[in-house]
Amino acid sequence: MNIVRYQRYPQTDLSAVLDRITRMQAEMDRVYNSTFGSSLRSPASLSRWNPAVDVYQDKDQFVVVAELPGLKKEEIEILLHDATLTISGERKHEGSSEQGFFTERFYGKYQRSLTLPTPVDPGKVKASYRDGLLQVVLPKAEEAKPKQIEVALK
Amino acid sequence: MAPTEDNRPVAFVTPLVDIETTDDGYVIRAEMPGVEKGGLEITVDNGEMTILGRRKPTEFTAELIYREIQPHDFRRVYELDPSIDVTRVGAKIDDGILTVTLPKAETVKPRKISVQ
Repeated sequence: MNIVRYQRYPQTDLSAVLDRITRMQAEMDRVYNSTFGSSLRSPASLSRWNPAVDVYQDKDQFVVVAELPGLKKEEIEILLHDATLTISGERKHEGSSEQGFFTERFYGKYQRSLTLPTPVDPGKVKASYRDGLLQVVLPKAEEAKPKQIEVALK
Repeated sequence: MAPTEDNRPVAFVTPLVDIETTDDGYVIRAEMPGVEKGGLEITVDNGEMTILGRRKPTEFTAELIYREIQPHDFRRVYELDPSIDVTRVGAKIDDGILTVTLPKAETVKPRKISVQ
């Protein structure tokens, strides 16, 4: 376990970001190797596409925003199991010819799960997709909302 | 959202890009989620093309409790192949994917010369 200094602001310095990634990767490798042994390691499992997400909260709801550029509606699947939201699907190649000579983008299956801090109302979850951003609005369950208690003064 | 300090350098995110060669030239596809047509700025200057995509600000005011998406605009610069006709560069953005087409200049077409 490394102790990493808490940072108030996201870093913009590239070298610091790369440092953090390298440290994380080393830690992941260590955990992976000690659990499964190095023989089971496959490159595909390390280069998987994990879309970035932001989570917002106010007193009534959570809003999850995921970066999923260039997908069709049918390529996005959203599942809610208790307070765990899972976004998954598959992206297919859009290029017509096979002459690509430079590629950085991810294709194939993706999956992202996150657990919300309080229960949500599964019947009221709404999702929309625009400009390559998926937005899922999850209203909090009644029992999870903060309640105001009146103090009776004598 | 965290307050930004005024004197820090402007940060950009490098978009992930695929480049494809076609019979007519090149096609660049860049991932710019959250960028609309109005937020795009593509300039060609001195053989260099700069792609700039400005993210639309979020419309909700709820508290951000978890962040992975970098809140910076997208920018990438390419040196262009001299055979590209810069007057015919085309661009469109759909679902957060910017497609830039870079056609090659019409070269002199093969001509048949009749012998007198």
